[in-house]
Amino acid sequence: MEKFTTHTGLVVPLDIANVDTDQIIPKQFLQKTERVGFGVHLFHDSRYLDHSGKEPNPEFILNKPEYKTASILLARENFGCGSSREHAPWALEEYGFKVIIAPSFADIFYGNCINIGLLPIILSEDEIEQLFNQADNANLTLTVNLANNTVSYGDVSFTFELGKFQKYCLEEGVDSVGWTLNKLDKIKAFEANMPAWQ
Amino acid sequence: MTMNTPRTMYEKLWQSHLIEEKAGETPLLYVDRHLIHEVTSPQAFANLRFHNRPVRHPERTIATMDHNISTRSIKIDAAGEGAANQLRALEKNCKDFGIKLFGMGHKNQGIAHVMGPELGLTLPGTIIVCGDSHTATHGAFGSIAFGIGTSEVEHVFATQTLRQTKAKTMKIEVKGQVGKGISAKDIILAIIGKTGSAGATGYVVEYCGEAIEALSMEERMTVCNMSIEFGAKAGLVAPDQTTFDYVEGKEYAPKGKDFQQAVADWKKLKSDDDAVFDSVLTLEAKDIKAQVTWGTNPGQVISIDGSVPSPEDFSDPIEKESCISALAYMDLVAGTKITDINVNKVFIGSCTNSRIEDLRAAASVVKNYTAKGQSVQDSVDAIIVPGSYRVKAQAESEGLDKIFSDAGFEWRLPGCSMCLGMNDDVLEEGDRCASTSNRNFEGRQGRGSRTHLVSPEMAAAAAITGHFVDLNK
Repeated sequence: MEKFTTHTGLVVPLDIANVDTDQIIPKQFLQKTERVGFGVHLFHDSRYLDHSGKEPNPEFILNKPEYKTASILLARENFGCGSSREHAPWALEEYGFKVIIAPSFADIFYGNCINIGLLPIILSEDEIEQLFNQADNANLTLTVNLANNTVSYGDVSFTFELGKFQKYCLEEGVDSVGWTLNKLDKIKAFEANMPAWQ
Repeated sequence: MTMNTPRTMYEKLWQSHLIEEKAGETPLLYVDRHLIHEVTSPQAFANLRFHNRPVRHPERTIATMDHNISTRSIKIDAAGEGAANQLRALEKNCKDFGIKLFGMGHKNQGIAHVMGPELGLTLPGTIIVCGDSHTATHGAFGSIAFGIGTSEVEHVFATQTLRQTKAKTMKIEVKGQVGKGISAKDIILAIIGKTGSAGATGYVVEYCGEAIEALSMEERMTVCNMSIEFGAKAGLVAPDQTTFDYVEGKEYAPKGKDFQQAVADWKKLKSDDDAVFDSVLTLEAKDIKAQVTWGTNPGQVISIDGSVPSPEDFSDPIEKESCISALAYMDLVAGTKITDINVNKVFIGSCTNSRIEDLRAAASVVKNYTAKGQSVQDSVDAIIVPGSYRVKAQAESEGLDKIFSDAGFEWRLPGCSMCLGMNDDVLEEGDRCASTSNRNFEGRQGRGSRTHLVSPEMAAAAAITGHFVDLNK
């Protein structure tokens, strides 16, 4: 996993609540055994007019030329609800997003993002509203500083919360499996005390 | 917290699985049971190979093929090239890493969340995970069960543990008894209608009260299954005699003295009388009517005697906006009576409602209509997809398949099928489906298709009449 320190990028505002993982990456694109090839199908049903994904929908915000280089997704409440498919954060990451900002995320999706180094940031409804107002004409560039837990533009700066260990893993690009395998003695001791039926 | 502080069931389960809780680290929990399938596991196996790591406890993982298999043929190639690649990859991965796989046509094969309980792989007092959000189903036994992403699947493979942040607790009490003909599906849809589709985000929910205690294990599974549909990390029901009777004698369940010890341990799991929950919701069972979703998330649901709501009915601006877009997508006009909504597709199946009791309930409705000479409307295509080969065999031994086939339903092979439409069981654009599944998201069952979530009884009645019916009238 790549290390995350700071990121500055253009914000694309997706003004829809309850965006579920079926919308982020529909099921027909989950039939892969590799970890790549999902970005092109991100938001497929909204992004393309046809089934095969050849005709971009000009009305969909990601297809507007001024947002082409966006790397920060600004979203509404309960983003990433539904299925546990990690293919959803994979698709967002492969498309080019580094950060997703929303007032709330679904739990599994939030954890999946952290696990692949895509930073989910929760801000208050008021702060989100302010960002939506700013991002309207593709003129909002934000800087995210993980060390300080801040999101800023111009003189404005918002603070976000992130679990200590999650922050450490993102900053250091920790191999979380390897980290846990270093605790094998503790795991074995736990197993030795489990009841027989378990 | 001292040992004497009253604890919720979730807190007891959490503490009994806590390996390490250390400042600056997310707590490390033991995972007892891991279920896997073809869609969310291949990249996890690939990473194990890349790091040259083994599966630490292959005997604690069980694999099935469910998400993208054909329901017309047991041939691996029947569901297309992409699906076949994933199914073959699962076969190879399970062989290479020593994991038991119930593959195509095996008598134990089934949807992971139907298979686990019926084989006794699902036990009270455990932590159960699977790369599928409906893993919440297994919470019906009094186990912490939740869906995980592929990175976490890899973590469980390699370590038999997971790092988890502790959730808040919510108690949902359903007081009294439900009325005649009200199913577990109606109970959970009514709950989600109250909380909204994100009402329990950040929580683990415990369902309790007389109406929940009265449910069979299969009905409790239907309730817990949809916990994720209002954002809950997991759903729990306290294990009781109903639970112990169900588990006893199952193929992988503990036997003899181990079972006696297990039951003694499981009896201690229920929340202490004075345990404090972070949030409490109470419903009166007698107020719950048959439910039908009208929108594009499971919280957009209404009683069978109601009408499609209008955006004006919502004061919250986001809910108002969601209503406007849902009505447009669903092609519904506010004020339309629910019983006037016509469907042209019916799906009875999924990890929510594909167990034997679901099929019996649907068959009994069908029988009432066929006795009056009615069968599936010409304008309706209706399929029935049992949740597992065991359910299929049981249903056939009771002659349920014949009741369905004679009435014009198609009797299919087990699998996830049209719930998510990864195989060829997909709706066409503009189709309107009465579905016993769990998600009515835009495009879920096929691009441009419209899903109404209902109970098996309601789905059966809709297939025959062509519209939703108040079966109590």
